Amino acid sequence: MNDTTSRPAPVSSPGRAVDTSVPTGDRLTAAYLLGVADDAMVYAQRLAEWLTNAPQIEEDMALANVSLDLLGQARGLYPHIGGLDGTGRSEDDFAMLRDERQWRNVHLVEQERADFGFEMARLLWFSAYQVELYAGATHSADTTFAAVAAKAGKEVSYHHDHARQWVVRLGDGTEESHRRMQAGLHAVQPYLAELFDDDPVSRAAAEAGAGVLPSSLHDVVVTRVTGVVGEATLELPSDSRWRSRGGRQGVHSRPMGHLLAEMQHLARSHPGATW
Amino acid sequence: MSDWPLWEVFVRAKRGLSHTHVGSLHAPDATMALRNARDVYTRRQEGVSIWVVEASSITASSPDEKDAFFDPAADKVYRHPTFYDVPEDVEYL
Repeated sequence: MNDTTSRPAPVSSPGRAVDTSVPTGDRLTAAYLLGVADDAMVYAQRLAEWLTNAPQIEEDMALANVSLDLLGQARGLYPHIGGLDGTGRSEDDFAMLRDERQWRNVHLVEQERADFGFEMARLLWFSAYQVELYAGATHSADTTFAAVAAKAGKEVSYHHDHARQWVVRLGDGTEESHRRMQAGLHAVQPYLAELFDDDPVSRAAAEAGAGVLPSSLHDVVVTRVTGVVGEATLELPSDSRWRSRGGRQGVHSRPMGHLLAEMQHLARSHPGATW
Repeated sequence: MSDWPLWEVFVRAKRGLSHTHVGSLHAPDATMALRNARDVYTRRQEGVSIWVVEASSITASSPDEKDAFFDPAADKVYRHPTFYDVPEDVEYL
């Protein structure tokens, strides 16, 4: 991964390019859930890139399964969001016909695929975050979100275990695997704070009982990851000085545009195509 | 990673049935083999239990020995339970 090219564009004057207003009622729930669904959708796309690129065909399958689980989570939420926000948008409308500024995922999931150590570091953190997020979401006042979370909880537990298995083996493996696994943990570090940032929409949704307050997940997720990192004889990097931000407001880093171009190319080139 | 050992995978489709050989895969160790087996062979709810066995641990009969192993059984029909009548009112046989 190239740090110099993956930094986000600076946030221009708020209120012009970035919509900072906080909706209420169903539209608030919709705005909040869009972040949850977009995280899953974008990471599903990144993980799908491992097909034919993983160290072994068995790992191709494993990561493709994780990708499909995440895709399923996004599919479970998108039509519901379209209903809540009054637009009636379908899952395809959300996934294939939105431009970069309309996406609400964190920067962590949009970063380019790097080596396997980086991916396992990213999956370890993101799955730990999702495990705790969905555990909290089973109590959501939004019954659809609670239902999706209940089903997804089992899926993300497995994702977390898969990442744990690899992080431990690579960390406690050869000199090179240890070094590269440690480098992976360092590479994802700047993108973690964004997962636990209480942006205005998430805070309002949590207060309304529909969402889970991101900052409330921080300690349990860190504890979860710290255990794995210790088992792997690795070290948790200290907080980075530069941190990603802006994803939940639709401000993304450079890799996002390329990701969308590839993901949406077919649907946009052949509107309404079916197969 | 091409030196990962080969593992044979056995899946039990449901309770009461026995584990059946479904295929093989590569994995660095038994724990990962079990997880790979889950991902490769039970994606469509094929099973409720998985065994993995390192292929090198299996002692198999050789195709060269096929005649000596199996042909002698071919003409011993009296070993088959076909020489008595099943009573009509016996179910489940």
